[in-house]
Amino acid sequence: MGNLYDKKSLNEIKNSLEKWEKETLQNWIKQVPEREKEFTNLSNIPIKILYTPADLEDFDYNSKLGFPGSYPFTRGIHATMYRARLWTMRMFSGFGGPEETNKRLKFLIEHGETGLSLAFDYPTLIGIDPDDPMAEGEVGIVGVSVPTIEDMRVVFDGINMGEVTTNMTINPPAPVLLSFYVGVAEMQGVPYDKIGGTTQNDPLKEFIAQKSYVFPPEPAVRVSMDLIEWSVKNLPKWNPISVSGYHIREAGSTAVQELAFTIADGIEYVRQLISRGLDVDEFAHRISFFWDSHINFFEEIAKFRAARRMWAKIMKEWFHAKKERSMWMRFHTQTAGVSLTAQQPWNNIIRTTIEAMAAVLGGTQSLHTNSFDEPFRVPSEFAAKIALRTQQIIAYESGIADTIDPLAGSYYVEWLTDEIEEKAWNYIDRIEKLGGMLEAVKKGFPQRELTDASYNYQKQVEEKKKYIVGVNIFEDNQVDEIRNVPLLEFDQAEIERRQKNRISKIRSERNKELWERSLNELRKAAEKDVNLMPYILQAAKAKATLGEIISTLKEVFGSYVEPPIY
Amino acid sequence: MLSLQYTKYQYKVLVAKLGIDGHDRGAKVIARALKDAGFEVIYTGIRQTPEQIVSAALQEDVDVIGVSILSGAHVHHMNKLMEELKNAGAEDIPVVVGGTIPIIDVDELKKIGVKEVFLPGESLNRIVDIVRRLAEEKRKAEK
Repeated sequence: MGNLYDKKSLNEIKNSLEKWEKETLQNWIKQVPEREKEFTNLSNIPIKILYTPADLEDFDYNSKLGFPGSYPFTRGIHATMYRARLWTMRMFSGFGGPEETNKRLKFLIEHGETGLSLAFDYPTLIGIDPDDPMAEGEVGIVGVSVPTIEDMRVVFDGINMGEVTTNMTINPPAPVLLSFYVGVAEMQGVPYDKIGGTTQNDPLKEFIAQKSYVFPPEPAVRVSMDLIEWSVKNLPKWNPISVSGYHIREAGSTAVQELAFTIADGIEYVRQLISRGLDVDEFAHRISFFWDSHINFFEEIAKFRAARRMWAKIMKEWFHAKKERSMWMRFHTQTAGVSLTAQQPWNNIIRTTIEAMAAVLGGTQSLHTNSFDEPFRVPSEFAAKIALRTQQIIAYESGIADTIDPLAGSYYVEWLTDEIEEKAWNYIDRIEKLGGMLEAVKKGFPQRELTDASYNYQKQVEEKKKYIVGVNIFEDNQVDEIRNVPLLEFDQAEIERRQKNRISKIRSERNKELWERSLNELRKAAEKDVNLMPYILQAAKAKATLGEIISTLKEVFGSYVEPPIY
Repeated sequence: MLSLQYTKYQYKVLVAKLGIDGHDRGAKVIARALKDAGFEVIYTGIRQTPEQIVSAALQEDVDVIGVSILSGAHVHHMNKLMEELKNAGAEDIPVVVGGTIPIIDVDELKKIGVKEVFLPGESLNRIVDIVRRLAEEKRKAEK
């Protein structure tokens, strides 16, 4: 037992609280009324004027919090946290062709970034080649174009893949990009047990939010699970999945929905892997997560803490994991892109700072900080450097990282952590009743919840129930301030031409027989119940392009078309 | 009581996602706001080509086309769409666009015939008002 307060002390506190409310607070409110009728956070949870021990009745320290590195991991997954090793500063980067991105990665490494994270362009994200008619005008804009193993080789030219870890934000084509990565690491002479990084590879949230889906839900999940199963057996340091709340949040969910839907996705994947005959402790430690850190500071911190506690409980009590590592919720965080404004864009530096602080106080394992120019375009070098420096200032100057989970024990933070957790469990119950997340997605449940939440939020902004500085309060129409932001410039048309030329050269020079055979074997494998990863790796090495591999799979699996719900 | 009220759906708008980006939050919020304001809304879903959009607009006989693009490829795609609209003889349908569009691109988009460009942070009320005005103008011109 570890109750924080005995009954007697709690009663005394409650009595004095009541006295304060009646005698002091009421008088004050009469003279100085509150600014708002109701204060709510982004999950629309009403926030009280004051939190006291009376809000933490029956709060049991040992079962709710425990200690860092021990169950239920509310205070952190490692016993030493940032005292031993800071979070990985991992800036999501990529634009243009492999050459431009290689240069940007080297720039960030030179300025102290400690992990890599690749942003791919839209054609790559949906598995089409740069010369596909649908790709016209889109090559290299929102990320780097990587349609072949040769492009990946150029991205990592002069970067030792045995020394860095790389996150790849890629979903349906994840097995293809992982194959390119593994293929290039082999060329560099890096053994499989030294290849580290992450493939996002989270198919369900594609249907809920990110919308870079390709295959229908069931084959999409199969391809993703194939990657995970292959990876846990072959790449001991790879995180084959990053179960992502980020996109769910950016698409308009509340913090509670982000937490609930993402954990429900995670539950579905664990079930899928167990049903393949894997032991939970064989793979659970390789599952990682990815959260958004939005602008409501304490709400985010509470969410991160609740997430760790919930996942630990699920792994231990639902799936009977034995190893502690299987219960760790390791996660990456990105500050909220949607919280940034085009108006008065320099203010975005401050927003990102607040959000990054919440992520660190929430115990993240790695962090991307957005650049202030992202409402307009992919970041310039200058803007990306400020974003990276923001993390370094938090890490090295602020003292925030010097003690573990410093907000634990705050009446407010503990109350809010419990509140968010409880509301998330309610959602998870509803999803369980629908038959789990795969079924819920097929029924459109999380999709509709998001559509409602994002519309409600927009109305709150419109009605000034939620404020955005420069947008609905303190607007100043300083158009020149916006016009003068130095944006990243590059010749997109030229890059598109270069990428098209490179791919046609690769097509004409490759061994036709090997290439054709690899795709035929892949097609046959897709029709059967076998793991696709070895076939995709073989095709990638035979210089099959991303578009060719994905179209081969589409022939078997079909393509998903979303019912237009709004 | 019988009265000469407008039908529930006074005007018809096509809300379209042009190009291959999947960011549909904005498009859906706008679609819902227009619907709440009494418009009949056709939402295309994501990954639409200019040909698909023009053909849907003609088939549904819409008063306004509202395009959402968050890929940065707006200038390229809008050029194609306006061209396609011209080829189909449907330049009379007013087109508006919104998304992550830098202010420096507004002039270029207006030059090719886009009636209004909505930048990040735009208010729903203003969007609804402008779409209504464009629809009214189109109907008037038809008379």
